[in-house]
Amino acid sequence: MTLTAETSRSTARQWRERLLSGGSWTVLALLVVVLVVIVVINPSFAEPVSLMAFAKKAAPLVVLAVGQYFVIVSGEFDLSVGSLVGAQVVIAARLMDGDEALTWPVLGLMLVFGLLVGLVNGLVTTLLRVPSFITTLGMMLVLFGAIRLWTGGAPTGALSESFRVLGRKGFPDVPGQFQVPYALLVALVVVGFAVLLMRRPFGRSLVAAGDNAVATAYSGASVWWLRTRAFLLSSFLATVAAVLIGGFAGVTAQVGQGLEFMAITAVVLGGVALGGGRGTVVAAMVGALALEALFTLFNQLALPSTIRPAVQGVIIIVAVAYAARRRRT
Amino acid sequence: MRADDDAHIAVPDPESDPESPDPVLRLHGVGKEFFGTSVLRDIDLTLLPGQVHALVGENGAGKSTLMKIVAGVHRPDTGAIELDGAPVSFPTPLDAQQAGVATVFQEFNLLPDRSVAENVYLGREPLLRGLVDRRRLHADTSHLLDDLGLTSITPWARVGSLSVAQQQVVEIVKAVSYDARIISMDEPTAALAEQEVALLYELIGRLRDRGVAILYVSHRLQEIYDLADTITVLKDGNHMLTAPAAEVSPDRLVRTMVGRDFAGFFPDKPADTVPTDTVPGEVPGEVPGEVRLALEGAGNQMVDDIDLEVRAGEIVALAGLQGSGRTEIAHGVFGIAPFTRGRMTVDGQPVHVRTPRQGVRHRLALVTEDRKSEGLALGQSVLANARLVLDAVLPRASDRRARGIPGVLRSLAVPASTVASAQDVEVQYLSGGNQQKVVLAKWLVTEPRVIVLDEPTRGIDVGAKRAVYDLMRTLTAEGTAVLLISSELPEVVAMADRILVLRDGRIAGELPGGSEEEAIMALATGAA
Repeated sequence: MTLTAETSRSTARQWRERLLSGGSWTVLALLVVVLVVIVVINPSFAEPVSLMAFAKKAAPLVVLAVGQYFVIVSGEFDLSVGSLVGAQVVIAARLMDGDEALTWPVLGLMLVFGLLVGLVNGLVTTLLRVPSFITTLGMMLVLFGAIRLWTGGAPTGALSESFRVLGRKGFPDVPGQFQVPYALLVALVVVGFAVLLMRRPFGRSLVAAGDNAVATAYSGASVWWLRTRAFLLSSFLATVAAVLIGGFAGVTAQVGQGLEFMAITAVVLGGVALGGGRGTVVAAMVGALALEALFTLFNQLALPSTIRPAVQGVIIIVAVAYAARRRRT
Repeated sequence: MRADDDAHIAVPDPESDPESPDPVLRLHGVGKEFFGTSVLRDIDLTLLPGQVHALVGENGAGKSTLMKIVAGVHRPDTGAIELDGAPVSFPTPLDAQQAGVATVFQEFNLLPDRSVAENVYLGREPLLRGLVDRRRLHADTSHLLDDLGLTSITPWARVGSLSVAQQQVVEIVKAVSYDARIISMDEPTAALAEQEVALLYELIGRLRDRGVAILYVSHRLQEIYDLADTITVLKDGNHMLTAPAAEVSPDRLVRTMVGRDFAGFFPDKPADTVPTDTVPGEVPGEVPGEVRLALEGAGNQMVDDIDLEVRAGEIVALAGLQGSGRTEIAHGVFGIAPFTRGRMTVDGQPVHVRTPRQGVRHRLALVTEDRKSEGLALGQSVLANARLVLDAVLPRASDRRARGIPGVLRSLAVPASTVASAQDVEVQYLSGGNQQKVVLAKWLVTEPRVIVLDEPTRGIDVGAKRAVYDLMRTLTAEGTAVLLISSELPEVVAMADRILVLRDGRIAGELPGGSEEEAIMALATGAA
């Protein structure tokens, strides 16, 4: 009797430790708490249709957070993803202008453009030794400015219907019925692919480089190429997110704005250490879901959407401070 | 004065010399422990004005700790410090500085992009209406420099533009500017070329004339005899000797610095490679292996003209003082700071190793000197660290070859519980010895042909040391070539087949394994 009580107490202590550790379990607990609060306020949220709608809305952020995870865990930042999403959507709309026949060529072009941005980010950071904070901040402004210059400030054109399928539609495609959004499937594929990649030698070397770049280099790794690949992944996934967001929300001048900070907030919320070397990709995904759920909660509470940046700012500071406190003890 | 019956110690008695002035600083029975390990025991030290007191000893003898006690960085656990005959304590370095005790550490604490004057008066610039009075700043510095006869340095020169010797001098000028009456210097010539040393000698001469007491830590015997009035020798934290420099022969000095009993600690060589009696003229310990690694006239900015060969099954040691170029050779071989001159061959094939990656491809391995900053990703698991090289260089084979890691860890006597939880436990939570074993495992799974071990037993417990020595014997029995870098002379003498002694970036000489430690020290310090 005492023994079981003893064991259950030590199990309880273990769980308490896990939940407060600032890692994957903490953010999962946060997600659950927020979802429960939403359901208490609005029981209809628990219905499958609402949950799928939530998943569809959250999918682009999950994809971006996974991309950002690769960069952050390797010890860098990518601030350019928001602008890249915006640029990709605007470019796609203008080039295809609603023409179905151009959907695939334009998608190919977006892929090339995305990878090019990632390559520049990576090589400037690793070979020219410009801190990634500056490299990608510069890239963010360059993309933002170039697109405004090109479009004269107001994006023109339209995305083709088939382009928008991924972000908008689901399976089975019958209006008014329950459906699994394609965006959710895309996000699941991305997360699955990322989890596998992090278990590969590449993933382990990437985390090691974020933890101790010198030791990793002295172990024979090409740290510059590891990190450049992380930037390539981030830009590639930003391109995927652009396809989802373009499909979901269409073309506006504001598309993509602030997404880089949402992605970074999500990753940090997942307990991934800024500076690299610590945290899992699943935690980053859960972080994205928790952030999106928090915003859904604000909607339920009828708070103005303008409160979001402030909340995000507080979250990012608190999350990093929490991680720092845990590290000290 | 300490009453002692130890025949080694002959403390000079100020009373016996009528011209000798009163001591400015006196240490009585000073001792210091770190984490329960005693690093200094019962040290007496007396500094006289206008005299240079040399403090010598091997790496790890306790010189730096003693200096830091004088500087107020560490507080002694036992004993007392007296300044001008009155007991004092220096809770912080600032207190020591204000009491007139200045310290010039080996690493420069200068801001390279600021001027000489700004560096000298950093943090206490003369002010005029709340702003820095630049005119007075330069005038004061100018005055100080003139006073010390340093005409080659201008107050407004950017420190980064000065030579290393001049920077060293600026450090000392900074110390003097605090009206220091006692200046201690930690190997002030370590970073200097021979021709640059003259500037420092001159300055020390001037300081001595001004009545400053100087505590001088150096490894270079030549310098010690050029400069010192008195010599104190430390060994393993013990006070071995204090005597006027003129009364200590270089031979006796070296003998006092080394020599301790480690018999029975090192594993014997396998019977078939044990050299028959050391016949003069024959290189003992020569084993019939192929040449695995060879350097011919290799050099770069740090080392020059390095010739060496390591054969299969052979342990070659690189001995020498800190900064003599041992680690630099390892870095050159492994492509961290590649050689720019000369030839390198691995198994007879000429190779160019420009990066560690290429080094690994040629089946070289380097266990770095600093395990925490260069050897391990501390936040990662034991397993992740142990397979880091495989993951980084041989990704296709890494899963298969990583299966051997638990076996390798066990063979290194890593505790079974650690092996069992290798996937979960972060290496930062392991002891130093087990961390080192993880580093070794990381290289062993790559089956290297040449392994360079840079201070492989530094900071690890006796049991782990023994495991490292056993491993070296196992590796050589399997035909691996081992290049051992170590400051532990007993280790070098007992383990190596041949010993190359480095001095100032060059090979000063070669000695057979089992040589006297004194002979190594003599070559390393230039006393031979």
